Amino acid sequence: MPVTKEDIQRTAELARLRLSPAELDDMTSTLGKVFQYIDQLHEVDTTGVEPLHHVLEMSNVMDPDVPRAGFTREEALANAPDRTEEYFRLPRVVN
Amino acid sequence: MFTPLPSPEHLRSHPNQLPDAVDLSLTLARKGEALRAFVTLFDGRAREDARRVRDALTRGESLPLGGWILAVKDNIAIKDQPLTCASKILDGFRSGFTATAVERLEKAGAVVIGKTNLDEFAMGSSSENSVFGAVRNPRDPERVPGGSSGGSAVAVAAGWVHGALGSDTGGSVRQPAAFCGVAGLKPTYGRVSRYGLVAFGSSLDQIAPISTSCARLFDLLCFMAGVDSMDSSSAHVPPPMRNGGLARLNHALRIGLPQEYFLEGLAPDVESAIRRAVERLRGLGHHVCEVSLPHTPYAIPVYYIVAAAEASSNLARFDGARYGWRDPAASTLSDLYEQTRGEGFGPEVRRRIMMGTFVLSAGYYDAYYRKAQQVRRGILDDFKKAFAEVDVLITPTAPTTAFKLGEKLDDPLAMYLSDIYTVSANLAGVPALSVPVGKDRQGLPIGLQIMGPHFAEERILQLGAQVESLTCEGRS
Repeated sequence: MPVTKEDIQRTAELARLRLSPAELDDMTSTLGKVFQYIDQLHEVDTTGVEPLHHVLEMSNVMDPDVPRAGFTREEALANAPDRTEEYFRLPRVVN
Repeated sequence: MFTPLPSPEHLRSHPNQLPDAVDLSLTLARKGEALRAFVTLFDGRAREDARRVRDALTRGESLPLGGWILAVKDNIAIKDQPLTCASKILDGFRSGFTATAVERLEKAGAVVIGKTNLDEFAMGSSSENSVFGAVRNPRDPERVPGGSSGGSAVAVAAGWVHGALGSDTGGSVRQPAAFCGVAGLKPTYGRVSRYGLVAFGSSLDQIAPISTSCARLFDLLCFMAGVDSMDSSSAHVPPPMRNGGLARLNHALRIGLPQEYFLEGLAPDVESAIRRAVERLRGLGHHVCEVSLPHTPYAIPVYYIVAAAEASSNLARFDGARYGWRDPAASTLSDLYEQTRGEGFGPEVRRRIMMGTFVLSAGYYDAYYRKAQQVRRGILDDFKKAFAEVDVLITPTAPTTAFKLGEKLDDPLAMYLSDIYTVSANLAGVPALSVPVGKDRQGLPIGLQIMGPHFAEERILQLGAQVESLTCEGRS
């Protein structure tokens, strides 16, 4: 499938990535080539093949329901780019 | 090559020399700064650890890895230390905990001297995509060391440490090991806890050791491996028993050569080195036959869909809100996300996030992501069929030896194709080893890859040790 500039623009929005106009063009052409290569997958007949999600095919790994210590608030906030005493600080969302 | 660092075995029996050896290791790493293998050196912490291990050994505590000096790739967490993933977006970040694999090695007596350089978030095959600058190959500084665990492979190859941890999502430990002339093992998926490894492709990632021999890889693996309550995907399989170390292989194996790994694109010197080694193994009594893994041509497309899809989900957490770098110019929340991510991630990481988001987006999910998962089952089934007939598979680790810096940087597809022989093991979850098997006509190291069934690390390491002994004889 050819990859269009509109596809790339929309994908960048979904991925929350700000791309410059030059990079948008560059990304369109690079990913176009990559997907052209990837498209050879469509040669493979996979009718009725169950998708493989996990090689060891384990499921529902349960943990005993026992509380254990996690980060303290101070530890969780230690790497914050901006914070108050108790919270992460972010730009205002609602005016 | 002369290695001034005393061996771990020597240091274990002469614990008084350990602090000096750790000093030497730090000094050597500093002297070699131009190779850009390290991003952080732990001076104080490492020296303190060296004294602690010395005292414990002197008191008669057993500490099976006492004497070992290690380096750790900087996408693996060590409490209170910087964790950069070679990315601007983690500028200033310090980890709140230690990865299980590191914790287990340290508990067994190993001393970690620092964190090594890598392709940003482990995405790359040359260790050039780093905010700290490109890592260089000690065998030829105009060439790449391979990637993404380039710094770890260089630290071992240069003789600054006895071993190093890397991570292997599509060949990121085996290919740099091959390019630098050292040994690297990607364990079975689930063999080693991923707790504390910054997630890239969660269904593919493994923390993986690099060292100078298969026996040493085995020593490290025995202590790193085993189930961990902090990683629900870690396997309930007991770690291999170390006992007296890696035992000699005492019986003949059935060795399969997958025909799809010896086609066009393989450098002639690499092919002849592999075939020569296989002939000598045959001479030792092993049975060699050709096998087929028919889905091999689709491994790269499947890998770049699955790995990118998982990466785009995993890297969603880097949003400038809770940790790491934040674009100070952003005035609204959506600008903050978009600008922080747009500028905080380097070009290759942005590319992978875009590929992954695209293949998971409405309208393309079935055509790409689901399709890739279906073909991935074909790849796994190929291995299962092959391992019903043979005990191990031997292939080249990479189609060429180390390439020049900058050679593939502007051509992502060419870079992706350098992983052509390594990605299948990650897709199928099988263990895979790269051991040095001589040099090409330019004097650059060649890696031979051995793959085995799930949890057969000991077997492939034993055969790897035999390959090492062949090449030693070959040189003398």
